[in-house]
Amino acid sequence: MILVFLEVREEKIKKSSLEALSHAKRRAGEMSTEANAVLVGKDLNNFASEALRYGAAKVYILENPLLAQYSPSGFTLALISLIKEIGPEIIFFSATSMGKDLAPRVAAKLGVGLASDCISTASKGEKLEVGRPIFAGKALATLTFKSSPAIATLRPNVFPLIDSGETQGEVVKKTVNLSEEDVKDKVIEILKEEGTELDVTEADIVISGGRGMKGPENFGLLQELSSLFPHSAIGASRAAVDAGWIDHQHQVGQTGKTVSPNVYLAFGISGATQHLAGMGTSKFIVAVNKDSEAPIFKSADFGIVGDLFEVIPVLREELKKVLS
Amino acid sequence: MNIFLFVKRVPDTESKIRIDHEKNRIIEEDLNFVLSPYDEYSVEEALRLREANGGKVVAFSVGQEESLVILRKCLAMGVDEAVLLKDDSPEAYDGLRIARIIVQSLKKKFTDYNLLLFGKQSVGADNSQVPSMVASLLDLPQVNVVTKLKIEGDRGTAYREIEGASEKVTFPLPAVLSAQKGLNEPRYETLKGIMMAKRKEIPVITTEDLGLNKEELSAQLEILKIESPSPRKAGKIIKEDPGEAARKLITFLRAEAKII
Repeated sequence: MILVFLEVREEKIKKSSLEALSHAKRRAGEMSTEANAVLVGKDLNNFASEALRYGAAKVYILENPLLAQYSPSGFTLALISLIKEIGPEIIFFSATSMGKDLAPRVAAKLGVGLASDCISTASKGEKLEVGRPIFAGKALATLTFKSSPAIATLRPNVFPLIDSGETQGEVVKKTVNLSEEDVKDKVIEILKEEGTELDVTEADIVISGGRGMKGPENFGLLQELSSLFPHSAIGASRAAVDAGWIDHQHQVGQTGKTVSPNVYLAFGISGATQHLAGMGTSKFIVAVNKDSEAPIFKSADFGIVGDLFEVIPVLREELKKVLS
Repeated sequence: MNIFLFVKRVPDTESKIRIDHEKNRIIEEDLNFVLSPYDEYSVEEALRLREANGGKVVAFSVGQEESLVILRKCLAMGVDEAVLLKDDSPEAYDGLRIARIIVQSLKKKFTDYNLLLFGKQSVGADNSQVPSMVASLLDLPQVNVVTKLKIEGDRGTAYREIEGASEKVTFPLPAVLSAQKGLNEPRYETLKGIMMAKRKEIPVITTEDLGLNKEELSAQLEILKIESPSPRKAGKIIKEDPGEAARKLITFLRAEAKII
């Protein structure tokens, strides 16, 4: 059985968790087993039908009021008791900030290996093989597991969502026994960054600026483009972040975030190796740069040699026409 | 307050990565190795906490003798002591075996700590595993990807970065934390620090000293293959007036990327 941890944020199952579940269902089919899902927290009944729709044969709901907020210690205890009981051969998490925090804590408790941030999986008989970028994508490693269960975190935006339309299935609800002492690292508050709807790692379209933006005031131009696309976010190169023009949350590259959007638009970014490593798996790359020799053009599917301050205003007006 | 830091020697981020396909590993010759960038933030944070609260800062690295260079860098930045946990095994991209070496050293030899600090990931393996695994094996509270930290007495408050927001966490000490860029501005080594670091003795502790058996030291993952990613094909590059260029881009976004 493949067990998939589903993360709930702001009263919704994360899209990337459903991607992991969709993928698990496919893999489970090949391995003649089933995909099951697990939710951890408080008041989770409403989420079961969505889990069934995206491929779960069975949904486990682990509840305790002390798990209303995320706690790596508490969530681990809840998951371990279920894993010991049902004995999955494979466990998937989405490689979100929660998945990356929680999966290693669970793997260590079980004494098994974990493959982080995978972009592919394959079944070889009963064995799972996974592919994952190392050196932020400058190399790819294919790994397999020497211990069971095999645990992997899957990179968001890489695996397709598959809605089966099916909402029939078993829902198993369990109450987790916990005391305050078990959740001593729980989150007490979540502070939203103002104006940020979506993180760069989750966006379908990333609109990024680099040194060529010339100053913090010009990131407004990118913000205006972003407002025209519903699932977009603002990214930046290390040069722009180190210059203090934009917060490091937006940094894409080897010392920032690794993104795989549908479209990556790079404005005034030369394309240093360390930046290319962070966005090289984007489906389409568009680059606008004054310098026709900029390395980013070697990776771009569509490049414009030109002044971004001339291109963006026209682009914005033309986009408004076609999008309205 | 005693703070133990765990640092790693990695190729710098501008490195071109070449692969030895026979041995299934990256070719290390000609690479410039540095202290992993996120570790610099944890070193700086530890020094600031010591300056505010007293105590000592000890830097540990799991790795080969070559890792002494980054431990000396930590000493030069102002860390009080450094220890090499010598491990000659090649990189296995497996966080658990590293976590086990660290945990064993903390249980057997270095028991007197209030805070265990890491970088949020080592550049290269990009695993983000070891801090959570160490916390798990020691049953300690953990906060990863920390951008702001306050310690008061035997409790701490940390802000950790998540997608488009921050989580505020309060926790008792001892605890495991990992640093994200933005936590602070790391200091440079001073000349005096570099001179002192040269003279400092760095104890070397082997996995045998720690009494770890073969099973505990074996990797739980097996590397089947390491390869270079297939290079992207360069697409269409145009050099036209902004209006024409923008219109062609829109055609591309509609016809090929299909986002319009």
